[in-house]
Amino acid sequence: MKFDEEFLKRKAAELRLDIVEMITRAGSGHPGGSLSALDLLAVLYYCIMNIKPEKPVWKDRDRFVLSKGHAAPAIYSILSDMGFFSKKELPGLRRIGSILQGHPDMRKVPGIDISTGSLGQGLSVAVGMALAGKLDAKDYKVYALLGDGELQEGQVWEAAMAAAHYKLDNLAIAVDNNGLQIDGKIEEVMNPYPIEDKFLSFGWKIKSIDGHDFAEIFDAWEWAGSSKDGKPSAIIAKTVKGKGVYFMENVVEFHGKAPTPEEGKDALAKIKEALGKIKP
Amino acid sequence: MSELKATRDAYGEALVEAGKNNENIVVVDADLSASTKTAKFRKHFPDRFFNVGVAEQNLIDIAAGLSTCGKIVFASSFALFATGRPWEQIRNTVAYSNLNVKIVASHGGISVGADGSSHQSLEDIAIMRVVPNMKVVVPCDANESYQAVLSAVAVPGPFYIRLGREKVPVITGSGNEFRVGKANVLKDGSDVTIIACGIMVDSAMKAADILAKDGLKAAVIDMHTIKPIDTEIIMKYAEKTGCVVTAEEHNVIGGLGGAVCEFLSENHPLPVYRVGTRDCFGQSGEPVSLLQKYGMTPQDICEGAKKVIKMKR
Ligand SMILES: Cc1ncc(C[n+]2csc(CCOP(=O)(O)OP(=O)(O)O)c2C)c(N)n1
Ligand SMILES: [Mg+2]
Repeated sequence: MKFDEEFLKRKAAELRLDIVEMITRAGSGHPGGSLSALDLLAVLYYCIMNIKPEKPVWKDRDRFVLSKGHAAPAIYSILSDMGFFSKKELPGLRRIGSILQGHPDMRKVPGIDISTGSLGQGLSVAVGMALAGKLDAKDYKVYALLGDGELQEGQVWEAAMAAAHYKLDNLAIAVDNNGLQIDGKIEEVMNPYPIEDKFLSFGWKIKSIDGHDFAEIFDAWEWAGSSKDGKPSAIIAKTVKGKGVYFMENVVEFHGKAPTPEEGKDALAKIKEALGKIKP
Repeated sequence: MSELKATRDAYGEALVEAGKNNENIVVVDADLSASTKTAKFRKHFPDRFFNVGVAEQNLIDIAAGLSTCGKIVFASSFALFATGRPWEQIRNTVAYSNLNVKIVASHGGISVGADGSSHQSLEDIAIMRVVPNMKVVVPCDANESYQAVLSAVAVPGPFYIRLGREKVPVITGSGNEFRVGKANVLKDGSDVTIIACGIMVDSAMKAADILAKDGLKAAVIDMHTIKPIDTEIIMKYAEKTGCVVTAEEHNVIGGLGGAVCEFLSENHPLPVYRVGTRDCFGQSGEPVSLLQKYGMTPQDICEGAKKVIKMKR
């Protein structure tokens, strides 16, 4: 799909409704990191990735790894909206028997390319997928989303080294740089900054963007996805944790806490109000 | 005297054979390809070989990623570093999604010898066996190792195959049939059953010969597959002999002995003696001296056998 800012704005607001509703109903989950990542994911899925909802395991599809698996509600809202599975599944989030586990399960959810939830592993998996793509001379791209706290995992840097070593220009990641993790600000818990310099020194190329500016996001994904210079790409996206729900924005406690039913109602009302102002 | 050959050498040969027949086979190693013998595969198929450097967590998850794209992936390092360092990667990413990743590790057990405790894996069978979806195979000789590797290609899903460093006698014949989950009875007997894996199968055969001199008939079972364990054969021989000795180059906690006891205590309680390391670390030394010091000789198996025979009601 071509870039359409108005469409994306609307879509993102609608997806935020799904996310808040799902997590409120479940009574647990990770709203903060789902909402900060949503705009990055929405542009990737609606505008960039070559995928077919009716053929979720099509061999030539682009791959996506949600390395920060706790943002599952964000990816569930997108995959169901695109028709990978029925929207009727959404209220089942985190309930027994549901396909929608607390963290994504590739064997249960059509459209999930790898099960995640344990931080630090996704980039390695993406490297494996990209190596397979090169080996088979396929044109598909591999995309991944990492948290900024997640960068503290040593394995991320094992994978970063391998991606550059094997010249995986078919691999592109975004870092959801919302500045927060569970115990507080990332620079206070264990400072991963400067993130750009780290990836550069590992042999990647980088782009720093506003992770809620759709035009910037689109340009960055397009830049990363069309790379042919033998370098993997990293988009460092400045984001707001809890983006789009006023009482969650930059509030560390909403990393892994569901809104109360009242808070949920309030959040939904405010998103709907904002949605009304977006041109149809 | 039978031929001496390391199980890891047979792995390298089997990989090449498998690689010839199947283009989807790829190999990942972590800077130990000369020791694990994956270098043989690299020589034949350089494009399908990936060295990740000294990075075992990355090793396992890159293997996982490759497997989601239709590859049959062999991932190799030393037993301790292939299972211990990346246990959680194996559990959450490979096993949880039942991915087609075969972890084949050399340097299992105390017979690693001179490198000492940091390189002697005595816990790997336990920590792999406890992971759902994981199959665990410990071949007794080069012949079985070769067959196990080819079987792992044919059977989808995650495998852990534990190999050794040392040259060991080839005790199974070329007619030996290897089937995952189907143990081989190497010797029939009626007084005691010795269930062994890896290099301890040869010791079990020697123990049976010693016991025969005392008029005791020991059955010897080569339990190459520890998970899924062959419960049918355990039951048959438990009923027939009434007591069991297990023998493995591993902690007596959680390995083959543990698996046999779990099954028997729920289904057919009887005296069992477990030969293996007694919840301790190893040290540097000659493999033979270490096996002696830590109680894993044919003589130790015989003593265990006499103990359980006495305990029979
Ligand atoms: C290996 C591992 N350790 C710990 C956790 C628990 N955990 C879940 S989210 C999180 C913080 C992640 O912070 P960040 O990557 O910044 O995520 P975001 O802010 O985007 O939600 C932690 C420690 C985990 N899921 N995996
Ligand atoms: Mg964060």
